[in-house]
Amino acid sequence: MCGRCGCDPPRVAMAAPRPRPLRRLELRQGLLSRNDAQAQHNRQQFQALGLRVVNLLSAPGSGKTSLLEQLAQRWPRPPIGVIVGDLATDRDAQRLQGAGARAVQIRTGERCHLDAAQVARAFSQLDAVGLDLLVIENVGNLVCPAAFDLGEQRRIAVLSVTEGEDKPLKYPALFSSADAVVLNKSDLADAVGFDRSAALSHLRAVAPQAVLFEVSARQGSGLAALLQWLDQPQAPWP
Amino acid sequence: MHELALVQELCALATAAAQRHGATRIERLQLRLGDRCGVDADALRLAFAVVQQQQAWQHTQLELELVPTRCRCRRCGHRFRPVDLIHCCPRCGGLSHALLEGRELELVALEVA
Repeated sequence: MCGRCGCDPPRVAMAAPRPRPLRRLELRQGLLSRNDAQAQHNRQQFQALGLRVVNLLSAPGSGKTSLLEQLAQRWPRPPIGVIVGDLATDRDAQRLQGAGARAVQIRTGERCHLDAAQVARAFSQLDAVGLDLLVIENVGNLVCPAAFDLGEQRRIAVLSVTEGEDKPLKYPALFSSADAVVLNKSDLADAVGFDRSAALSHLRAVAPQAVLFEVSARQGSGLAALLQWLDQPQAPWP
Repeated sequence: MHELALVQELCALATAAAQRHGATRIERLQLRLGDRCGVDADALRLAFAVVQQQQAWQHTQLELELVPTRCRCRRCGHRFRPVDLIHCCPRCGGLSHALLEGRELELVALEVA
């Protein structure tokens, strides 16, 4: 009995619902594992078709589309295929079709990079018969696209002289993942006071593995070496 | 800013695992983040804070384990932690290297109830 007022409280307090015990689930699952699996699927599909696939990455305005127009016109076994990513508009695809490429546009909306599933969907819309080179023109961005494998066999990073010679040091992730770096707009180097030797030493520092091509897509100069590299039958296309 | 896309993927992986194991609540997400994986830890936390505005994730904690870069020099085989973004070998000065650690971007474990 309660000593204060004489009431008769229940002897056992109402038990609160017992919280379920915490458990630990070990997963060790890559956040990009679904993208990586799709990329591997894309890669197998491309290889089965005998298609060489390049992921082309750069900042906006470095001249990716102009470079591709030149490649489309000069590739020894035209046409080339292009999957082009852009936030809005299909202007790039139209330009590339005008240069003779088979081009499919991916409008990414607000997204800052392409992923492997988008590439698979776009590829299903592309007539791949007779193609032996497919270039995926990524969204203009030096950060996010570097993290996403699309199923390509080679990565090319484009750097234009107007962006400044220290770009590779500021965005090392993209350049360090590239098999080749194209230094574009070389015709403007003098006009913008581009320090070529500083740029080359920065590139060597962050991307020692990359082959370098100096070109002017606008003038069409320096492209022969790049075309040869893309076309080398002995070159390892892993 | 692809961190929001990654957080959505993180939530999808975590939800699927929790459901597989009959859990109804996710208390903690434990993530390993290499410093060369292309993901900024602060941006990831910010993106997760956006997800936490949904009731289902309100009480879930995100725990990040940051993994520093470790390389092996291709010229002399020395293993080292680079001091900056130029991965120069401190022993021979070589620039060509293999990345041993630093690319990690994985959901290590969940704490669920």
